[in-house]
Amino acid sequence: MITLPKPKPDVLARRDAVHEGLRAIMQDRGVITDPARLKPYETDGLSAYRQMPLAVVLPETTEQVAAVLRFCHQNGVRVVPRGAGTSLAGGALPLEDAVVIGMMRMNRIVEVNYRDRYAVVQAGVTNLGITKAVEADGFFYAPDPSSQLACMIGGNIGMNSGGAHCLKYGVTANNVLGIKLVTIEGEILELGGTHLDTAGYDWLGIVIGSEGQLGIATEITVRILRAPEGTRAMLAAFDGNEVAGACVDAIISSGIIPVALEFMDRPAIHACEAFAHAGYPLDAEAMLIIEVEGSVAEQDWLLGQIKEICARFNPISLKVSQSAEESAAIWKGRKGAFGAVGRISPDYLCMDGTIPTSTLPLVLRRIGEMSAQYGLQVANIFHAGDGNLHPLIMFDANDPTSMHKAEAFGADVLRLCVEVGGCLTGEHGVGVEKRDLMSVQFTEIELEAQRRVKSAFDPEWLLNTAKVFPLQAGTASAGPDALPHAA
Amino acid sequence: MQTNFTLDQLADPNIAVADKILRSCVHCGFCTATCPTFVTVGDEDDSPRGRIYLIKDMLETGAPASTPVAFHLDRCLSCLACMTTCPSGVDYMHLIDYARVRVEETYERPAHDRALRAVLAAVLPYPARMRAALRAASLGRSVRGMIGTRGMLGQRLRAMLDLAPGAVAGRSSTERPGVFKAAGTRRARVALLAGCAQQVIDPGIHDATIRLLTRMGVEVVVAKGAGCCGALTHHLGKHDAALAFARANVAAWTREIGAGGLDAVVTDTSGCGTVLKDYGFLLRDTPESADAARIADLAVDISELLMRLAYQPSLTPPPGLVIAYHAACSLQHGQRVTEAPKALLRRAGFTMVEPRDPHLCCGSAGTYNILQPEMAGRLRARKLDTIAPLKPDAIVGGNVGCLTQLSGTAIPTIHTVVMLDWMAGGPRPDRLPSDAAIAATRPAAALAQDPEATWS
Repeated sequence: MITLPKPKPDVLARRDAVHEGLRAIMQDRGVITDPARLKPYETDGLSAYRQMPLAVVLPETTEQVAAVLRFCHQNGVRVVPRGAGTSLAGGALPLEDAVVIGMMRMNRIVEVNYRDRYAVVQAGVTNLGITKAVEADGFFYAPDPSSQLACMIGGNIGMNSGGAHCLKYGVTANNVLGIKLVTIEGEILELGGTHLDTAGYDWLGIVIGSEGQLGIATEITVRILRAPEGTRAMLAAFDGNEVAGACVDAIISSGIIPVALEFMDRPAIHACEAFAHAGYPLDAEAMLIIEVEGSVAEQDWLLGQIKEICARFNPISLKVSQSAEESAAIWKGRKGAFGAVGRISPDYLCMDGTIPTSTLPLVLRRIGEMSAQYGLQVANIFHAGDGNLHPLIMFDANDPTSMHKAEAFGADVLRLCVEVGGCLTGEHGVGVEKRDLMSVQFTEIELEAQRRVKSAFDPEWLLNTAKVFPLQAGTASAGPDALPHAA
Repeated sequence: MQTNFTLDQLADPNIAVADKILRSCVHCGFCTATCPTFVTVGDEDDSPRGRIYLIKDMLETGAPASTPVAFHLDRCLSCLACMTTCPSGVDYMHLIDYARVRVEETYERPAHDRALRAVLAAVLPYPARMRAALRAASLGRSVRGMIGTRGMLGQRLRAMLDLAPGAVAGRSSTERPGVFKAAGTRRARVALLAGCAQQVIDPGIHDATIRLLTRMGVEVVVAKGAGCCGALTHHLGKHDAALAFARANVAAWTREIGAGGLDAVVTDTSGCGTVLKDYGFLLRDTPESADAARIADLAVDISELLMRLAYQPSLTPPPGLVIAYHAACSLQHGQRVTEAPKALLRRAGFTMVEPRDPHLCCGSAGTYNILQPEMAGRLRARKLDTIAPLKPDAIVGGNVGCLTQLSGTAIPTIHTVVMLDWMAGGPRPDRLPSDAAIAATRPAAALAQDPEATWS
């Protein structure tokens, strides 16, 4: 199980005063303190980890966020930012002495500018909500995490989220132009602007992917892009994970960039087919979803090239989608994949390591071997073109042994990812789940350098404490008291 | 998702079912995005995932439902949009149904709330009482202005008066058992769920169903002993009352199967259809479980039956007439009937538009618009805001609750079957504007150019 830092006794002792203070700031709207009402906030998309918070605040304006942060800073109260609560790494896991700031009520589209191709949206707008707001005019927002229906752009900023179509269009960091960021002191910063690249240091580069450790984003300016003339998806079925992985490597190394290149193995294919009825090949061991876009001629040419490459890997079948409905069903299955695994297992841990695509066959083979060794089933569903793995390790949370095994298995997978030259997380964030593995990826000096960045923004370590960085050995605490060189 | 029930708790079959449902939820949060209350108030406690969590806690602790738990569960519309969205196939309907029973059994509601719920359960399922109540409401409207608007009670009283129709129709043809003979050769024999409130609020719906079906060669039976489907009491958590209605209906239609055979049990109120199709589950632990399962298998929505019977129109709609199709949640989510009504309306020749976010509930949801007037009002406004720009001549849908909820604007609301009957030789719906008025508001040439409309 995960260790959380000891709550600050003085904060717990001032519980009622903190509640009063928050109510005063929020004028009695959107402050949750009743234990029954707090209960659903004790966890996020990683429900194996739970902790009741001190309070939940649901602000409606940037000014309210600033006032709440200022209050928490003055009172030494920790803060956990939360978007839709879809994190698979425990990014929004509360602390007993922390106030959760939920951004769901800030869900307005502030401005759409087609001429300069940007949209300004509040942090609680869902990822898909941005595309929905501009699609009638032929535009879209490119990064598309599988949880895009529910996940919010503020959380996407925190985790630098990716998605199936990021192979061509880049991840969140490549599609955000500006951020309104509230610091722990309650200062409102405007980072970036409405155009690519900004004067001075790349502040957006530091903030995007910082997992709520440096501030809370309340308004985001994103790039919107012209939708392609057309898209077509293709399913390629293979009789083994390794050979499908080798095919991915061959496509990418040939220089072709499909708009999406996704991998699903047998358990995933079956679970998703039950949900989406997309005509997935149920006889296959592994399947690739390959999507191309552009004019019909361009699609035909690309699909021809890709089919030729696939043919070298003895595919069981190659099937090109014949209609928009068929393509929609293919994507419905893929986007709902994690949830669909709920049909075959009550619980899972979703790993998120990213590796060079040339190592896919090796890593997929090793994951298969570990699955046998730990006696736990795995479903592989991932962004293959990016080498962003998502092995879902299935376990039964009602059985503690099974859960410990799953955690150990997951850690082994991530060690392997680092070993082959990859990293712990592609898009879900380190959160609380991979925190203690950061020392596999980084040396102590590298970690210390990162801690100093955190300390520059948040000297008292109040923002999303106990995430991202390993807890200091033996102290079960986090923050400056354990950091000899902290500012 | 992890659960913490003792073996003793799991010995209770209801808890065992709930545990299985809870375990199938992986807490991914997709459901939050399509939940009408979550998108309206932005609070996890008012989302399906949050409610699942509240229910889990209530059942695990075995404690009486607390005020906040009852509050958030009451605010659930049971629209079941979450079930359409859920990739894991979580059976939210049976979980919230059981949770409502637990709330009803263990939570001490304020006196006025308890009284109102008792009145609703004692009046709505009985047509004669309902008609008397609506007559009283016509009188009550004159004192509407004197009712306070601040408290929950005042809001609810006003909501009830606002929902009552202006004029109360007399007794409908379906309030007594009877057989409506097929015209010509009989192709099928079906039982019609005459039900309860609908035939008082809008008797024209059953009339259209019977006219259309008999014209198509179907014998329609209103079975003796059948009544309310049980949905109203079921959603109030009044389990025993709901079961009694369900058992009476199962018995009545099972007798009918023995007497003359039944090819289907048809309903033209989709809110009822969802419950009819669930009779097998509802009565699973009773001696009549097999009969109940058979009736559930026979249950169809009128649109499904008309597709099966290959409905064909004999007329064409007046030029320029545009209808907006409103998908009732009980049809689109509860029964997953999404295409049949639209296909039939298109086949009948209607030019049809659909508002955006068709998956979001209009706020009707059985007695929800009476018990939760504030939320229901916000959802109604949101729905009407998406329909208005399409400038339709009528809103057409398959559930009387929605039609009542969305009425009161310049756009009339009409049941799908009334429109289909019209095109097959039935009377022109009297709520529709005249042909001349339609032609005047929408010259044929403008149709193709309206940029706001999403033609389907």
